[in-house]
Amino acid sequence: MPVKQRTPMPMQDPAERARNFSQVAMGYTEEMALAEAARCLQCKNPQCVVGCPVSVQIPKFIGLIKDKKYREAIDVIKQTNSLPAVCGRVCPQEHQCESKCVLLRTGQPIAIGRLERFAADWEAKNGAATPEKPASNGKKVAVVGAGPSGLTAAGDLAKLGYEVTIFESLHEPGGVLIYGIPEFRLPKEVVRREVEYVRALGVKIETDVVVGRTITIEDLFDDGFEAVYVASGAGLPMFMRIPGENLNGVYSANEWLTRINLMKAYLFPEWDTPIKRGKRVVVVGAGNVAMDAVRCALRLGAEEASIVYRRSRAEMPARAEEVENAEEEGVKFHFLTNPVEVIGDEKGWVKGLKCVKMELGEPDQSGRRRPVPIPGSEFVMDCDIVIMALGTSPNPIISQTTPGLKAQSWGGLIADEKTGRTTRERVWAGGDAVTGSATVILAMGAGKAAAKDIHEFLSGPQNKW
Amino acid sequence: MNEILVKKNLTPVTKLIVVKNPFVAAKAQPGQFVILRVRENGERIPLTIADYDREKDTITLVFQEVGLSTILLGKLEVGDSILNLVGPLGVPAELPESGTVVAVGGGVGVAPILPKCKELYKRGVKVISIIGARSKDLIILEDEMRACSHEVHICTDDGSRGFKGFVSDKLKELIDGGLKCDEVIAVGPIPMMRATCETTRPYGLKTWVSMNPIMVDGTGMCGACRITVGGKTRFVCVEGPMFDGHEVDWAEAWLRAGTYRAEEKVAVESCQCGGGK
Repeated sequence: MPVKQRTPMPMQDPAERARNFSQVAMGYTEEMALAEAARCLQCKNPQCVVGCPVSVQIPKFIGLIKDKKYREAIDVIKQTNSLPAVCGRVCPQEHQCESKCVLLRTGQPIAIGRLERFAADWEAKNGAATPEKPASNGKKVAVVGAGPSGLTAAGDLAKLGYEVTIFESLHEPGGVLIYGIPEFRLPKEVVRREVEYVRALGVKIETDVVVGRTITIEDLFDDGFEAVYVASGAGLPMFMRIPGENLNGVYSANEWLTRINLMKAYLFPEWDTPIKRGKRVVVVGAGNVAMDAVRCALRLGAEEASIVYRRSRAEMPARAEEVENAEEEGVKFHFLTNPVEVIGDEKGWVKGLKCVKMELGEPDQSGRRRPVPIPGSEFVMDCDIVIMALGTSPNPIISQTTPGLKAQSWGGLIADEKTGRTTRERVWAGGDAVTGSATVILAMGAGKAAAKDIHEFLSGPQNKW
Repeated sequence: MNEILVKKNLTPVTKLIVVKNPFVAAKAQPGQFVILRVRENGERIPLTIADYDREKDTITLVFQEVGLSTILLGKLEVGDSILNLVGPLGVPAELPESGTVVAVGGGVGVAPILPKCKELYKRGVKVISIIGARSKDLIILEDEMRACSHEVHICTDDGSRGFKGFVSDKLKELIDGGLKCDEVIAVGPIPMMRATCETTRPYGLKTWVSMNPIMVDGTGMCGACRITVGGKTRFVCVEGPMFDGHEVDWAEAWLRAGTYRAEEKVAVESCQCGGGK
């Protein structure tokens, strides 16, 4: 008889994990995976697949897990998803596949993400089958950025026989998966494995190339590339423009996380990149990046790590699961609180964050109630590190250096929602470079759609833009 | 890629290397920089491009061994390759087409000013150079600067050669002596650039500086390099490195440059690489 309850994820103990960088969610054992897979009703008309931006054949792979055909299960996932070990860990399944599960009515939808991760990790342990490198069709496609969107597009195009080269600005491929998401949520070893899979499909990855500086998109066309997919992400961090923001000890979440994840500053001085380990750390913002930043602060030894957010708990954009994890680890939350000034000491270091209390007023454009300051409610929080996790916008280098490529006033490249086609012929774009900071899986979905359209365009009878 | 073809000791603590990288060599412009990493667990550090040769596919880098990464870079020999090198980054310097420019270089700052002087000289701009260091043995690239300047003034803090005093003092002397110039470009340590800007400010003389703050990615992603210019926060890596020196908040830039001073010491001490002397 199948179990009614969703099989819980084994987790590291909160007190312990808050001081280490090892994975928080430890992954299903075979027994757990079998118990969970047995709960799937194998719907004839599965809505979960509709909820998946990359259309993973969910009931099919879960059925294979149930039959202990793990190799076949991962193969089914990989038909549509080149990064299953990543998605199984970081996708917001509660808003996607799992939100469409017929068992949602019972409050216990199938743990699809956990099963996807199980299949991917099973393959990692038991050796990945080397994918067959498809015969080349002789057509070259360039991809800008080796993040989730670029890797997905590249993988799909390689499977169709294109000769794909990804140009990556950093020294290591992976994009936000490498520099942004911390080890305890997504081990870098997992990312490297997924990158190797894309390479095994025949994709070339050139690191240390900033498109727009080292080479331009025009150069790529001159070099014989017939299409370019721009997936350069949203790299530019936002600040609040309040006094004291350039004091020592104020970081953008991007800098904080890049130092920790890409540069391994938590292992300083074994690794050469330093970071300031604060005693009292305040993170401004309440998205997933803010949760990552504040949980990293604890792991770097902070005595107190807090979130400051101008709206209330209900409006937090972070995944509920991540908020819960952070709370369990001891993160403090200050809702309806907005910074107005970073206060420094005489040597230019942060010593406090002056905030004002807020209350919720009328709904704004986003439909959420607009927070308004309460006059006279200012107070100072003592702290030695302030991290601004307010979101990011796309880097303007590519739009500035590519004639005909148009961007929105806030930096996002203008691209067709369905196909990714931009205002410049033979240039497609997707992921955060188009949407501004969003999720890994949406970026992957855009990569998939663009790959499909690039194929249709390059193989079609008339290359009409 | 990134093979070191030439290595020279310019002073006991300053080295010059010529590195093969056809991509950077093809695109480099005066004022731009690269980010490099010397080893697998290494930092990403910015270095200004001191010269480039499009025919030979090379760029020239000049650096002072002041921290762990530059000490490690200095240990690489001809034939070795730099692990990672990306560029050219930053916005090329906006250089005038005519008139007179005074180029002020302090210490290792002479290296980044060299490609600007070369370009100016080529354009027919009158180039007056003032280069300085603590003492005569620390003056670098004098011959190269002479080859692209109409006048060169040497300064040393200790008076061991040329004018005794700071480059900014020499600049003031020249201006007060009736020198007519359209703009000044100053590159060197923060106190030197700041002093130069304070010297030119009363004369309303446009002064460009090249900022060299702490960076991580160098592509606008982290904001570690932010400085205040004219009351606005600017990212040096994508909006600079050249800025109007009279608008720069120097006190803030100086404090930010020292963010990791304690850690830099720890890094050098713990690497047992013979640095920190």
